[in-house]
Amino acid sequence: MSLLTVQDITGGYGAADILHGVSITVNPGEIVSIIGPNGAGKSTVMKAVFGLIRIRKGRIFFQETEITGMRPDLIVRRGMCYVPQEYNIFPSLTVQENLEMGAFLRKGDPAKEIAKVYDLFPPIKDRRKQAAGTLSGGLRQMVAIGRALMLRPSLLLLDEPSAGLAPLFIDHIFKQIQKINRLGVGILMVEQNARQALRFSHRGYILVMGTNRYEDTGENLLGNREVAEMFLGG
Amino acid sequence: MEVLQLIIYGIVLGSVITLGAIGVSLIFGILRFAHFAHGDMMTVGAYLALVGVGVLQWPMPVVFPLALAGTALVGIGIDRVIYRPLRKASPIIMLISSVGTALMLRSLVQIVWGPDNKIYEAGIDIPYRIWGLRIKPDQITIVLGAFALVVLLHLFLHRTRMGKAMRATSDNIDLAKVSGINTERVVLWTWIIAAAMAAAGGIFLGIDTRLNPIMGWRILLPVFTASILGGIGSIYGAIFGGLLIGVVQELSTLFISPAYKPAVAFGIMVIMLVVRPRGLLGGRQ
Repeated sequence: MSLLTVQDITGGYGAADILHGVSITVNPGEIVSIIGPNGAGKSTVMKAVFGLIRIRKGRIFFQETEITGMRPDLIVRRGMCYVPQEYNIFPSLTVQENLEMGAFLRKGDPAKEIAKVYDLFPPIKDRRKQAAGTLSGGLRQMVAIGRALMLRPSLLLLDEPSAGLAPLFIDHIFKQIQKINRLGVGILMVEQNARQALRFSHRGYILVMGTNRYEDTGENLLGNREVAEMFLGG
Repeated sequence: MEVLQLIIYGIVLGSVITLGAIGVSLIFGILRFAHFAHGDMMTVGAYLALVGVGVLQWPMPVVFPLALAGTALVGIGIDRVIYRPLRKASPIIMLISSVGTALMLRSLVQIVWGPDNKIYEAGIDIPYRIWGLRIKPDQITIVLGAFALVVLLHLFLHRTRMGKAMRATSDNIDLAKVSGINTERVVLWTWIIAAAMAAAGGIFLGIDTRLNPIMGWRILLPVFTASILGGIGSIYGAIFGGLLIGVVQELSTLFISPAYKPAVAFGIMVIMLVVRPRGLLGGRQ
């Protein structure tokens, strides 16, 4: 049984459709990347999954439940967490408070989960009393991903986790994502750094103009000449 | 000496303005609109306390928390009936509907209690004399009361789960939603706190001067100025802005007729909006 099934969805913001029949599957334990040119609707797919945009056609299933258009907090409750590309932290809250907000749905002391996040991202532990808005881009991204891990999701959606990061840091973030994945968390990410993302992914989708163009294992997509020329910069 | 005396009056007035400005800032931070009915919410709080003190003859320390709770209920009610159905409407529509709400609240107060001035307790509040300065016991109560409420609010916002969720929602409501925070619960608590603070401000204003149905509408301008001055959306900015506006308004009477006090607040607001719309302490545009 797949973790996430996106079946042929069509939709967008307001009157105009951005997605014209996109289908994506994530199986348990997989890292799946969505790549493609700007404006292909990559981030929109994530928003659609999370009930943040209007879906006109198609259905979305998480585990066995249909979640098409469901309220975000109810989706979170089912074990899917989302890290948006921008504005993905609470800037005036401290690092620690950001993580606590990730566990808002769960009653009781989140100390154990917070400790786990600090184990995964040691640099933010030293800054735990600092306002998250004052951190550098890389540390912010750690806080954002950490926040999404607080409920121990079975699927994590990451919208451009490497956007705006220094090259050295990009590799580090991907390695951490791999580490999270090995803990049993399925990962669906949208990436601009296509080559690096595919290297870390089990499977990948290439989206063009709001529809599926290619779908294969990360390795095969990297080895495909046509894909390399058109989407990976030769 | 006169300057010091005016500064004391300014701090008293500033405490009242602060309590109103905190609510305006909280509501703007969470719901993104300028709440024009906030002054009249202060009036409602003041008159609810009058029921307890005047009609039921209960002592003010007992009546005070009850009036705060009563006004909080009024705030929740207004949100349910008027603002919630408009939650997805544009901020302008929200603003206009809050002007309508302001008129309704003010008229309601006038229908029930009449247009005349009222006081909580007859009698003279004999001022203490300290180094030639006159300070009334009531004024000390007002400043200490406002201070205590601000400390309580600070603890709520930083120590409790709901308080932190409120700050998070004010920071970024979309992220709050995808984090699983029930933002409607946050909105409920925003009204409880904003209305209770407004009621406290209204009661203090009634203690310091008199009650009448337009007391809240009159103080709305300095309240808005205070929240803009400190940076709208920022609680601590509202506290700073409130005290500053209070003191500046009182000091202005050294140079111009006291009748122009509201004009001073208006002038400051216009200058701030032109020169530094983000407020002195940051906040949002």
